[in-house]
Amino acid sequence: MSDQLAYRLESVAVRHGSRVVLDMPEFDVAAGEILCLVGPPGAGKSTLLRLLAGLDSPTRGVVWLRGERFGEAAPVALKRTVSLVFQRPLLLTGTVRSNVEYGLRIRGDEERAARAVAMLERVHLAHLADRPATAVSGGEAQLVALARALAFGPDVLLLDEPTNNLDPARVALVEEVVLADHKARSTTVVWATHNHFQARRAGERIALLLEGKVVEAAPAAEFFDSPRDARTAAFVQGKMVY
Amino acid sequence: MRAFDPDLWPVVALTLRVTVSALVIAAAVGIPAGVWLGLARFPGKRALTAVVYTGMALPPVVVGLLTYLLLSRSGPLSFLEWLFTPNAMIVAQTVMALPLVAGLVMGAVAAVPHDLVRQVRSLGATPWQVRWAVLREVRVGVLFALLVAFGRIVSEVGAAYMVGGNIQGQTRVLSTAVMMETGKGDFGVALALGGWLVVLALTVNLAAMRLQGRSA
Repeated sequence: MSDQLAYRLESVAVRHGSRVVLDMPEFDVAAGEILCLVGPPGAGKSTLLRLLAGLDSPTRGVVWLRGERFGEAAPVALKRTVSLVFQRPLLLTGTVRSNVEYGLRIRGDEERAARAVAMLERVHLAHLADRPATAVSGGEAQLVALARALAFGPDVLLLDEPTNNLDPARVALVEEVVLADHKARSTTVVWATHNHFQARRAGERIALLLEGKVVEAAPAAEFFDSPRDARTAAFVQGKMVY
Repeated sequence: MRAFDPDLWPVVALTLRVTVSALVIAAAVGIPAGVWLGLARFPGKRALTAVVYTGMALPPVVVGLLTYLLLSRSGPLSFLEWLFTPNAMIVAQTVMALPLVAGLVMGAVAAVPHDLVRQVRSLGATPWQVRWAVLREVRVGVLFALLVAFGRIVSEVGAAYMVGGNIQGQTRVLSTAVMMETGKGDFGVALALGGWLVVLALTVNLAAMRLQGRSA
């Protein structure tokens, strides 16, 4: 398996009862790329991200991460190279700072306090460091969750529509922080979004998911300028109604 | 015995010793069991949950009877020679407190959003670190479970009487003393002893509220 690959999915399927929610015969994610997963709600984006995070295992098939078999039972050391930001951030009881420190604390990082503050500065929330996590707004909580996910320097950052409930200024901040981290550390980013403008701004490669299947995956320019599939064209032109 | 009789202090001390010992054992087993039950998914979980919830309502006399049978001369644990000793009372009270602690902690853990557990796992937590994070989230619920269990066992009389025997200077605790004084018609003393029980419960609750305030 190539060193250039972050993920390889082989004959992966996820079923909930008799319903197939994800069906990906073959799919790769290159190391260091920003892949945007686009598609309507219910297309299977979150299901795929949970597989890539090692939170769930597929009903069928194999997920490989850097050549190692990946899933719920994968070694902790491998799982710790991946981080996922959820659509609805849930913070732990304690201060904002202790939340950002969490990933560092469970890894035994001695410099966690300084790293957490630096991370909070990057999301413009250093002034809230000692505030109880319960006292921050929804938008602030999402930025804290992003800081928490990035603080320990994951190789892979998975984003599950993290900007859905944010105002435009914070959407821009999230994009800026993620792209800066990617540039600085060559982080592999898999970003689920149903907003094609965001995919255009952030993605190097775009994959359209519909009903659990990849309709088209291509470099961003190709995906947006010369889509091969009619459904991709409809999505790109904003004609896909959902 | 009068309300402030020096004979009373051993009774109060034994009440505390028996109850706190039972509570410590029930907490040591029940809290991890409750966290595990609240998080784990396995076949037969519903049945086990039903057993725990039934245990929460076990009548003290039934617990007393079973403990008696276990520890009596013909019972499987007769070699311990614990019947009519404080140890027998601790066993009975532990059996009563354990399902309460485990059941209430399990309920609190099950109420933690599943997505929070997922988010903790997504940050690289090991299964033990996940359990610890969840336990921290439900610490008020754990405190509540311990208070409820303390309240139940400090005041129960059936099992304590059956396996302890209310022997003066050996197994007499506040609840059995209240029953005895009432039986003798010494209502004033019974009321005073009952008052001590209430004071104990109040003290423990106030201490718990202080702890809760500090951890919030």
